[in-house]
Amino acid sequence: MNQSILVYRGFRYLKVAIALSLIASLFYVFHQPMQRPNGGTWLGYGLGSIGAGLIVWLMWFGIRKRRYGGGRAMVEEWLSAHVYLGLSLIVVATLHSGFKFGWNVHTLAYVLMMTVIGSGIFGVYAYVRYPTLMTENQRGATLEMMMGQMSDLDRECRAAAMGLGDDIARLVLAASQETCIGGSVWRQLRGTDPSCPTHSALVGVHTRAAAAPGDHAVALRRLVTLLQRKDDLVGRARRDVQIKALLDIWLYIHVPLSFALLAALIAHIVAVFFYW
Amino acid sequence: MAERFRVAVVGSGPAGLSAAAQAAERGISHVLIERTDHLSDTIYKYQKGKFVMGHPEVLPLRSPLSFGAGQRETVLDTWSQGIAKLKTNVRHNAEMTGIAGAKGAFRIALKSGETVEAEHVVLSIGLQGNIRTLGVPGQERPWVQYQLDDPKEYDGETIVVVGAGDAGIENAIGLSDQNSVIIINLGDEFVRSKPANNAAILKAIADGRIECFYKTSVARVEDDGIVVKTPDGEAHVKCDRVIARLGADPPRKLVEACGVTFPSQDRAALPELSPSYESNVPGLYIIGALAGYPLIKQAMNQGYEVIETILGNPVEPADEPLLRKKFEGLGPDVTVDQIIQTIQANVPVLSGLTTLQLREFMLDSKVHFPTKGTVIFQRNDFTSSFYSIVEGAVAVQFDPADPSKQVVLGTGQFVGEMSLISGRRRTATVVAHERSVLIETPRRSMIKLVNSVASVRRALDEAAMARQIQTHLSPSSTTADLAEVVASAKIAKYSRGDVLFREGDKGDGVHLIRSGSVMVSRQIGGRDIVLSYVAAGNYIGEMSPMTEALRSATVRAAVATETVVLESSAFMGLLSRSPELRKRVETQFQDRLMSNVRMENRPESGNIIQFLIEQGVGEATDVLLIDESLCVRCDNCEKACAETHGGTSRLNREAGPTYATVHVPTSCRHCEHPHCMADCPPDAIHRSPNGEVFIADNCIGCGNCQRNCPYGVIQMAGETAPKPGLLSWLLFGSGPGPGQDKRPKAGKKAEGRKVAVKCDMCKDIAGGPACVRSCPTGAAIRVKPEEFLVIASRKG
Ligand SMILES: Cc1cc2nc3c(=O)[nH]c(=O)nc-3n(C[C@H](O)[C@H](O)[C@H](O)COP(=O)(O)OP(=O)(O)OC[C@H]3O[C@@H](n4cnc5c(N)ncnc54)[C@H](O)[C@@H]3O)c2cc1C
Ligand code: HEM
Ligand code: SF4
Ligand code: SF4
Repeated sequence: MNQSILVYRGFRYLKVAIALSLIASLFYVFHQPMQRPNGGTWLGYGLGSIGAGLIVWLMWFGIRKRRYGGGRAMVEEWLSAHVYLGLSLIVVATLHSGFKFGWNVHTLAYVLMMTVIGSGIFGVYAYVRYPTLMTENQRGATLEMMMGQMSDLDRECRAAAMGLGDDIARLVLAASQETCIGGSVWRQLRGTDPSCPTHSALVGVHTRAAAAPGDHAVALRRLVTLLQRKDDLVGRARRDVQIKALLDIWLYIHVPLSFALLAALIAHIVAVFFYW
Repeated sequence: MAERFRVAVVGSGPAGLSAAAQAAERGISHVLIERTDHLSDTIYKYQKGKFVMGHPEVLPLRSPLSFGAGQRETVLDTWSQGIAKLKTNVRHNAEMTGIAGAKGAFRIALKSGETVEAEHVVLSIGLQGNIRTLGVPGQERPWVQYQLDDPKEYDGETIVVVGAGDAGIENAIGLSDQNSVIIINLGDEFVRSKPANNAAILKAIADGRIECFYKTSVARVEDDGIVVKTPDGEAHVKCDRVIARLGADPPRKLVEACGVTFPSQDRAALPELSPSYESNVPGLYIIGALAGYPLIKQAMNQGYEVIETILGNPVEPADEPLLRKKFEGLGPDVTVDQIIQTIQANVPVLSGLTTLQLREFMLDSKVHFPTKGTVIFQRNDFTSSFYSIVEGAVAVQFDPADPSKQVVLGTGQFVGEMSLISGRRRTATVVAHERSVLIETPRRSMIKLVNSVASVRRALDEAAMARQIQTHLSPSSTTADLAEVVASAKIAKYSRGDVLFREGDKGDGVHLIRSGSVMVSRQIGGRDIVLSYVAAGNYIGEMSPMTEALRSATVRAAVATETVVLESSAFMGLLSRSPELRKRVETQFQDRLMSNVRMENRPESGNIIQFLIEQGVGEATDVLLIDESLCVRCDNCEKACAETHGGTSRLNREAGPTYATVHVPTSCRHCEHPHCMADCPPDAIHRSPNGEVFIADNCIGCGNCQRNCPYGVIQMAGETAPKPGLLSWLLFGSGPGPGQDKRPKAGKKAEGRKVAVKCDMCKDIAGGPACVRSCPTGAAIRVKPEEFLVIASRKG
């Protein structure tokens, strides 16, 4: 029903970015400097200024995003422009460098920039791909609701396990007390837990069921059903946490590195003007 | 023989307290009869620490008791001290059950069987009514309760909640976090609750968090639990606590039993009173909320006035100076009484009002003195006030293309009733035709009036019908052309879900929707496929008369709906007389046929419409939807809302249902007929010309709107501290940053003044709704019902 950032206003900013890159490339191709192309020629200065300006403007997005209620353009428009013009930096900055790299602050700035852009590309991928997956996985329940349902199932499981022996009681107790959703960043991103106590309990109860005395059969069937329900729920909850983490994690690279980039950029400019 | 008092005051709310205190001050024999063991039960039951507000500020206080805005506890203490100091004669634990006799010798019956005799009675029992009890043996046990202040107070108990209304459901869900809860429902569904509560309780039951006994009633209470009657016989339910939420009986029956008459059956109707608050029973006075004055200060003033009246010292009503000021523009020597009489004589719609009603009506209204050409309101404004023409004339320009086409309305007529009825934009521009005197009355007062005075409703309905036909169907036809259609037209009313007509029925008329909206569906392959949604201001059902075939689709009311039904033959006659109209209707007909075919082939689009309608979006004028295929769950929308609205987000992005990837978050829909406005004591909820429903500063924090909104979008919130600027946060890390929460931590109770807050669609922010503008992905959009079809077909 809505337009995504990529198609925003009929690809307006894609067109701007392509135009910018083409113009920059044409100049680069037809420009015949004295020495090898580099940042020191008039074209180099021109491309450098555009690049630096773009970086500052790209970073300004973080400020604009927080000026709630202010500004005329929608944040969506900003982001659409951010993405496409950010990508055009690949062309502008590379041409600015004249393909001259080395172990210096200039190349450091370039590498940082490319990393920021790379993380941005992942971000856009995440923004396009994950929202729908998240909705499908949630099936109308928020994470909080899932957690509520889990604790209800836990209660029912404990009740159902009563009288089925210590062995099973221990499994069920572990499932209800030790199953964890989320946790460290790594656990969140992994989205599964190979040693999940709920899953172990399910497998454990299931294997013991065959050997159990006949009068336990009804209770065991009920317990298996409950544990299977909880196992599914746990899987969905972990998946939910995982998707949310994927939607967030790249910003923890994108933003700090963009600050590092800003610092490197300043160092690069200072170095050029004072020590060249 | 019992003692006979000069005055008996029944009910010790602010109205009754003030009356009794004034009687004590004047040294006349009196008694104050109160049902409970404390004073002023309504205020006693406010939340602890609630800030009581003193609106309306312009009104001076006249009472021997003092009252100013402040904490509930302070207000109650001040009154208790005042009552004690004046040696007021209070009789507690005395519930009035009926009043007999006449002026000079009234007999007030009490529940205990005693009677109290008095020459005059002042009835001030408020509107809270009697809480319904279980009415079964054993109900006096202390763990059977009728109120629940804080569900967190109980932990690890088994609690039975009786009652399947909103209060019962909310209590049950609140308690179920920490307790094991059973809810007892007399019916087999939860039909009396808001859709959100209904969904929540069904989910809680399906998830096994709450157990529900359907078609069950309570038989008796025993030592360790209760006995219930289920369809399968009696059952014993062990429990630690019973919370019965069975609602309250409105006091109307009791008041009627005292001989007082009400003008109509409508629930909102108020008793008819003289300017000195005397009812149709001489010597029996009614004041306070029961008389239609729902604020503390008004109630207290009336207490004072009524005692003075009984003593034979009629006082100038407290509103006299206010009214005088209102009429200033009419010249210095016209008295308020004269003007009130002129209005009564000149304006037929208002002539059925008593003088007291008219004064109250004028207090709410504004008087305008427009000169020729002044615009009264513009087409497409979202205003809904009502204008009566006391003198002069106005011109209604109904054709947007040609302002010279107009209808002139003269003295005694009115304009503005169409938006009042439809809750939608103005359909015409109205300008003054000569220098005139107009009364502008806000929607709420008008609705109150329509509900309590039958003659007003009739006059409005009839005039509106002719105008609606002209505006929506055939603006270019002359009144004479329309006469036949109007004469045969009827008004039909439908509740949500009612069928206007069914596929295969014989076509017996065309419906012009004057309020609400409808859903059109057809049976395809055994399933009901929704084809369309049609909003107020459009007609439906024209196909069958035009083709002389049977109805080709079923039409249901999406929300409470009113239509003007035009007879088929009269409608066809009109078409044959007006080729231009025929052309327009024919084009619309073909558009509909095309759209139907498109929708039949994309049942998913129809499902989305149906989903939206089920969420009550049909009565919205502007609703926030989130496309979950784009939403990255960053909650920037909520943050933007909180940042631009004093720290409390008025929308909850995550809550609310989703169908396919269309998500309806919990956020105000700016309903056509806002439920929240229905019962706001200080009339603080308004609709701005652009359509935003907003709450003004004079909210008293009573919580009525929160309870009345079926969509749960109103919150009670306190003020929060200001935040540091963006740069000082960025550079120095001071205070909570943008988007970070600055509300007090959960658990810590926010003290002080709490008022109702809700979405105001950022009406004061240039650029429009911050939620939508702050969404980085374009997932959040605001839509109007007219756009549903487009959205559904893009998504489906
Ligand atoms: C939550 C809430 C918050 C509010 N906040 C404010 C505010 O901040 N400022 C404001 O101005 N207004 C406020 N109001 C409105 C205000 O409380 C009422 O307008 C006011 O209390 C009406 O006064 P009253 O004297 O007419 O009736 P009530 O205050 O309702 O008093 C009626 C009294 O009569 C007694 N009674 C009832 N039936 C019988 C009987 N049969 N026999 C004997 N006694 C009987 C009751 O026990 C009660 O004590 C609020 C209302 C609510 C519900
Ligand atoms: C050197 C170039 C870039 C810089 C300096 C930069 C900087 C930033 C900054 C400061 C933010 C704000 C994050 C926040 O405050 O939450 C941001 C967000 C973002 N950037 Fe970049 N960016 C660059 C390039 C790119 C590119 C090339 C892309 C995509 C291909 C991209 C995609 C994004 C996205 C998707 C967001 C998140 C929007 C949101 O959800 O708030 N960025 N960027
Ligand atoms: S707050 Fe009022 S206008 Fe908004 S959704 Fe609720 S009832 Fe409708
Ligand atoms: S700002 Fe947009 S993307 Fe973020 S949560 Fe709100 S609706 Fe979703």
